[in-house]
Amino acid sequence: MRIHIKNAKIFGSDSTGLYIENGLFTEDLSGTPDRVIDLDGKTVLPGLIDGHCHLREPGFEYREDIVSGTKSAAKGGFSSVCCMPNTKPVCDNASIVSSIITKAKNQGYANVFPIGAASKGLAGKELSEMGLMKEAGIVAVSDDGRPIESADLLRKVLLYASDFNIPVLNHCEEMSLAEGAMNEGIVSTELGLRGIPTAAEDTMIARDIIMAEYLNLPIHICHVSTRGGVQMIREAKARNVKVTAETCPHYFVLTEDECRSFDSNTKMNPPLRTEEDRQAIIEGIKDKTIDLIVTDHAPHHEDEKNLEFALANNGIVGFETAFALAYTYLVKPGHITLHELVDLMSVNPSKLFSLGRGTLEAGKPADLCVFDLENRFKFDRDSMLTKARNTPFGGYELYGRTVLTISGGRITYDELC
Amino acid sequence: MKELEAEEIAEILSTAELMKMVMTSNNKKTSHLQGKSVVTLFYENSTRTRLSFEMASKFMGASSANISSSGSSVSKGESLLDTARTIDMMSTDIIVMRHNQSGAPHFIAPHLKASVVNAGDGMNEHPTQALLDMYTMKEKYGSLEGLEVAICGDIYHSRVARSNAIGLKKMGAHVRVAGPATLMPPGFDRLGCTVCKSVKEAVEGADVVMGLRLQLERQTKSLFPSVAEYAKFYAIDMATLSLAKPDALIMHPGPCNHGVELPTVVYDCPQSVINEQVTNGVAVRMAVLYLLIARRNQA
Repeated sequence: MRIHIKNAKIFGSDSTGLYIENGLFTEDLSGTPDRVIDLDGKTVLPGLIDGHCHLREPGFEYREDIVSGTKSAAKGGFSSVCCMPNTKPVCDNASIVSSIITKAKNQGYANVFPIGAASKGLAGKELSEMGLMKEAGIVAVSDDGRPIESADLLRKVLLYASDFNIPVLNHCEEMSLAEGAMNEGIVSTELGLRGIPTAAEDTMIARDIIMAEYLNLPIHICHVSTRGGVQMIREAKARNVKVTAETCPHYFVLTEDECRSFDSNTKMNPPLRTEEDRQAIIEGIKDKTIDLIVTDHAPHHEDEKNLEFALANNGIVGFETAFALAYTYLVKPGHITLHELVDLMSVNPSKLFSLGRGTLEAGKPADLCVFDLENRFKFDRDSMLTKARNTPFGGYELYGRTVLTISGGRITYDELC
Repeated sequence: MKELEAEEIAEILSTAELMKMVMTSNNKKTSHLQGKSVVTLFYENSTRTRLSFEMASKFMGASSANISSSGSSVSKGESLLDTARTIDMMSTDIIVMRHNQSGAPHFIAPHLKASVVNAGDGMNEHPTQALLDMYTMKEKYGSLEGLEVAICGDIYHSRVARSNAIGLKKMGAHVRVAGPATLMPPGFDRLGCTVCKSVKEAVEGADVVMGLRLQLERQTKSLFPSVAEYAKFYAIDMATLSLAKPDALIMHPGPCNHGVELPTVVYDCPQSVINEQVTNGVAVRMAVLYLLIARRNQA
């Protein structure tokens, strides 16, 4: 397939056109294009890369599967997604990794890069076969959904993963403090819901930084939600500890006040925190303490969400709102530039996971996305392509509706034709 | 109590006065709820709350029925929403619900035609308890304005403490709370009360002294070391009580662990209105049901 994109603003370049052939960006086309796309002055960005999502396949296809999940990702402007291993069976061996990649290649709408389990069965006891999984295609290891609780196991995971240059991602939460349904504070006190203190997250971030510094090895902190976490990561980076970090749109858009509705679509882990934390996350994004914005796309069935607050599952879907929320709440108010947002959602994830993407250069995989940055739209949760509906953002007025997504030279979302 | 305005609370309390006259008269029957149906749906055990709602609806002529989690399809795993919808579809006007999860009534109410009365949800609120407590205080003092109310014990798990703290503040009273620091939720002072370092400090000069039930199984979660230690340092005993105003009221929502929160001698002392609280509970619940039906009729 040969594609010619014209009348566009090309991110990071002065030209107005792009050529795509055989899945790559090219200087020119070898023949007449199969499709000419006139963008009418819209900006082409490198395809977004989600560093943290849950596609639920295998095992939980009633929530999401690789096809519906990647369709949803494409609709959010993501050309690539990295999916977490908490599937059933757990993605802790090469054959599961291969099956996910094969299905995604044959039927998916985005490049899918699996993240393998750090420990067998996510049980936090023994190392997983990360070397074999790396050969099969994983881009990182994590026990996401739960922390690597044992400091000794964390040490071994960091050491062993370093033999294969595999990034280690940790969900930081001291489990003995984590028996709660929302952030611990004035709102949990008022609502009579058990709280998870910021100290649950902060104590484990502190431990992870200490371990990374001690071993002089890299660690990546998942979904940072606290002021204390941002501060510790900032200080660690200043003394050259190899720590990177991510956050999610809900942590810079929402606060614990949302839980007053008892709407379980405001329930996630880590929980929504205070306004002070929200501001600290924005500061952390601005000064590059936080490297990635990820979705933590966590689809759940209606029956798992339409429950008493404390009994409902944690998590919200995120593919189809992430860019628009980030653009509306970070770029529009002037906290960061569009360029910095592209770093957070494409360039930096590509670097962290060594994907060789996040660019529109000739010779690289043709991953791109185009958004309408001028016109406000009302986000309709029933328009989503994910199987799930668990989002608190229905009805939000946002900028950055996706117009076009291309993944590996293939058009995966298209509002133009 | 979070959602009620001060005027609404005052209206419920003054209506309850009339209701108390009805229920203590020779002919305990009105027709305020004639032709209406009230179902009590209880997911937790209850003596006072449940029976008082049932008596209240019967005194006012409603058709009332009750269902609890054990002995119903709840024990077969039916969800709260399905259970509530089932009750709703039997032409129910009011569902009175007690549930162990905070926010459970808020969760089901938008899905139902019936009105939902919160008879206690998890650790969140127990509004009719706070109303009957306020009624009892008002009966004695004439007004709630300026009253000093000490609430002592397991504040963390107490929906009674929350509802009283929120409601009493709206009515101009001042609440002080005290209990073990492990049972004091963070930021309780932000509800407008004073968090005291000791039970004695809370009780000193108080007009009302309220104990709270201590769930003894909390000990296994390391929230306090032993019942004996709790009783020694956190109980409202005669010595502590002597620090309060001389005729201060003793209250307790019940059921009481005698000798833990309060020694029996305090429970039974002349200032204790613990038994009157029960009577007032029926009157207040009559008022709540009556006003709710009146509002539904308007809508």
